[in-house]
Amino acid sequence: MSLELVVSNIFKKYNGEPLLNDCSFSFNKSGTYVLTGPNGSGKSTFLRICSLLEEPDKGEVNFYSEGVLVKKDIELKRRITLLLPKIGVFNTTVFKNVSYGLKIRNLKVGEIEKRVNSALDFVGLRNKKTQKALTLSSGETQRLGIARALVIDPELIFLDEPTASVDQKNTEIIEDIILKMKNDGKSTVVITTHDMAQAERLADKLLVLKNGKLAEKVK
Amino acid sequence: MNSIIEGFLKAFSLIYNLDQELLGIIFLSLEVSGTALMISSIIGVPVGTVIGLKKFPGRGFIITLLNTFMGLPPVVVGLFVYLLLSRSGPLGFMGLLYTPSAMVTAQTILAFPIVASLCHSAIVTVDPIIGLAAITLGATPYQKAITIVKEARYGILSGIIAGFGRVMAEVGAILIVGGNIAGYTRVMTTTIALETDKGNFELALALGIILLIISLTINIVLHVIQRKGTLKTGK
Repeated sequence: MSLELVVSNIFKKYNGEPLLNDCSFSFNKSGTYVLTGPNGSGKSTFLRICSLLEEPDKGEVNFYSEGVLVKKDIELKRRITLLLPKIGVFNTTVFKNVSYGLKIRNLKVGEIEKRVNSALDFVGLRNKKTQKALTLSSGETQRLGIARALVIDPELIFLDEPTASVDQKNTEIIEDIILKMKNDGKSTVVITTHDMAQAERLADKLLVLKNGKLAEKVK
Repeated sequence: MNSIIEGFLKAFSLIYNLDQELLGIIFLSLEVSGTALMISSIIGVPVGTVIGLKKFPGRGFIITLLNTFMGLPPVVVGLFVYLLLSRSGPLGFMGLLYTPSAMVTAQTILAFPIVASLCHSAIVTVDPIIGLAAITLGATPYQKAITIVKEARYGILSGIIAGFGRVMAEVGAILIVGGNIAGYTRVMTTTIALETDKGNFELALALGIILLIISLTINIVLHVIQRKGTLKTGK
């Protein structure tokens, strides 16, 4: 992994109540980090702060590439991505949803076609390529979100509760996809889940967020 | 009763035989309203988009103003444009009064608030998650805005079609600024008003039927667009 994320002394309040209270951690090794904790413990907020979608009240989020601090500009933002629990499906085909991130990077048509097909193969949605994305089932929608995130080759990928709203069968499919991502070793994956068993299955490193504090749990 | 049936028969005969006078009036109506719609869309869609996407002081006032102007009485617009373009008016030197250009101006003023306001509504009803998703995939603020506009496309198109419906059916403003001159500024609605006054029902009825067909077509297109738009479930 060439992009290292260092979170230092993060504080964040929600509705006046402290949600994150002096959280620090370094995501400095390739692999899968799983962040667990009870509902409302601030897992999603932590991920949104890490992915630069939200600002902390206090503290710092810094990215380093081979030890050098990286400027927080659009170029950096294009090296990381966050898959939200509700992925935000664009009202168009599956193909166009997945190709979005490549089109805005002005890639050539042939390259886009190749990478989208590969991403759709990875999540098992190649046969739905021309289908309207809004007609997909919730499990397929989640897989579409993963394909849309993976196709841009992010160095850091945050998945916020990727299996929260899907059935058992799709949960297994999504877990397999995450394990494949882990084996590929192309990206560092940070996942939030409140399912401890799932956390154990997927994690290289297990983190727990409780009462606003972040701690590493030994597996 | 017989005169009504006779009027309808003659009207259908005019339509069937593609009467030159009838066709001239229809084409002029479409030309005037089409041009007015094009201008109001070119201005109204960007205005509606900016108001929908940006927060700035006075935004609420502009939205209220646009919503109020959606129901502008056409005769008031006609009077306003007349005063502007009349010989003694500030734009009188342009010599536009009683020309199709004056009619286009009046209809543009009528269609603009509808297009802009409905475009604004379409933009603000796009689920905010769409903008967030665009950012997480690496979109710049401009690319995010384009994505939101694309998601609102069915609503924006509905606004444009609603604007077209408004100007096609309008009579008061164009009667005042166009003068209803035969072969020059006489359009469908003004012809219907004039021919009814004269008791020549066949041409009035023929144009009425065409106007109804256009209105029906607009509504069918709107319905289809709205059905497509309802696929948006915000997944």
